[in-house]
Amino acid sequence: MASGIVSIKVNGRAEEVVTGAVTTLQDVLRNNLDYTSVKDGCSQGGCGACSVIVDGELRLSCLTPVQEVDGSEVVTLEGLNLSNSITALQQKFIEKYAAQCGFCTPGMMVAITALLDRNANPSRDEIAEALAGNICRCTGYLPIIEAVESIVAEMAGIAGD
Amino acid sequence: MTKLRGTGFAAVNYPTGMHLGGDPTQSLVHATTSGNFVVTMSSVDLGQGLKTILAQIAAEALGVPYDTVIVDTGDTDTGPHCTGTFASRTTHRAGNAVIMAAEEARKVMLEVAAEKLEVGVEDLETDGLGNIHVKGVEDKAISVAETAGAAHFELGRTISGRGIYLKPPSPMDPETGESDPDSTQAHACTVAEVEVDTETGDVQVLAIKSAYEVGQQVNPELVKGQIVGGAWMGIGHALQETTAPYYPAIDHAPRDFQTYQMPGAVDMPEVECEVLEIASRNGPFGAKGVGEMVTNSPIPAIVNAINNALGVRITQIPVTPEVVLRALDEKAAGGG
Repeated sequence: MASGIVSIKVNGRAEEVVTGAVTTLQDVLRNNLDYTSVKDGCSQGGCGACSVIVDGELRLSCLTPVQEVDGSEVVTLEGLNLSNSITALQQKFIEKYAAQCGFCTPGMMVAITALLDRNANPSRDEIAEALAGNICRCTGYLPIIEAVESIVAEMAGIAGD
Repeated sequence: MTKLRGTGFAAVNYPTGMHLGGDPTQSLVHATTSGNFVVTMSSVDLGQGLKTILAQIAAEALGVPYDTVIVDTGDTDTGPHCTGTFASRTTHRAGNAVIMAAEEARKVMLEVAAEKLEVGVEDLETDGLGNIHVKGVEDKAISVAETAGAAHFELGRTISGRGIYLKPPSPMDPETGESDPDSTQAHACTVAEVEVDTETGDVQVLAIKSAYEVGQQVNPELVKGQIVGGAWMGIGHALQETTAPYYPAIDHAPRDFQTYQMPGAVDMPEVECEVLEIASRNGPFGAKGVGEMVTNSPIPAIVNAINNALGVRITQIPVTPEVVLRALDEKAAGGG
């Protein structure tokens, strides 16, 4: 791919970035646009810490050439919380102690958001499967799974009211 | 294809800290002008919650609210010394250092309050809510904030304290081999249940059930976080993780997350735990270290469960599918 100008919408804001021949979406989001929730864990698609949502689909931004998403809508963790308050998912992470060092947390929250967007009532197995691409080295995953189960139960309760 | 189930257990006696030829952690505590307290440390919070528990410990020892304590672990160049976060040592070492520093600061705080209230220091007590009052007389009181202000701007006192906990060196006796390596010991027993696929060699851990004796828990939720995370790490070490699969040869050493295999969310079994509290003699409020032990006890329990399932005697980790299949081959050949 050649260098050039790529237009993307990030968290609702139109952006134009000048790219090199091999520029990843991760590099643009983190280093050009300062969305530092997009972590650089392994740069090889092995850890999930750089997960973002592109046109509704979960993507590993480190494996995505930015030219490939020209014209797309990208959502990072920052875009899930534009009011800068505590979101329902963040509250569940707090209640269940689902973050320790916190490095995987942005990717986890993005992956969970993508899961709940396509399946509002996932089973425990479906939750674990949805987190299969995200490495957490601290928590043992169970608190994260419990946080998701808790928000699913709460959403079902609201829908049932 | 057969799937065989097995159960194994392991018990461990786990040291808190090492002597390391002299192992100190220091702490400095001081009051700000508004009556908050800053605890300055070089001890590192890796996410295990050290800053939370040091604030709890400082608040308890100072007699002030938890949310008025700020733990600053920002800079190991300029902060008071800490040997590091490892060896399950930091709650013990840093907690003791904080208590010592907080007690010295509390003494100054009460001296200032006594001067302001015109009473003896021995007549004062803290309510833990941000006030200092005369024992038995609720309304003869001064707030911690006002006390800190008076210390700074009227009386010229610094409400501060210095703390250190040192585990002294303990050289090995050349005759007997004896030394005093640790500060206290925690205990664990883990039972693991596994299912082994005899065709593929895959091992699935079905349950990790443990009892951990950790001394007085400073923060039970954080202890639980260590236990569940430790169970996951133990499964990884028991079944998958190694930097040298054919040790001591380094052939096929993994170089990235595609080849350095770890358990994922789907591999996590049920984790059950009972926590027993038997206060240690020398830990902060009786605490012992919990960090490493919770990773260590699942490993032999899992390997024993595999041996129980297969009727073999594997003594190496990780027990990869290759190790399982070779053990089964050896057993079939009559060597197992």
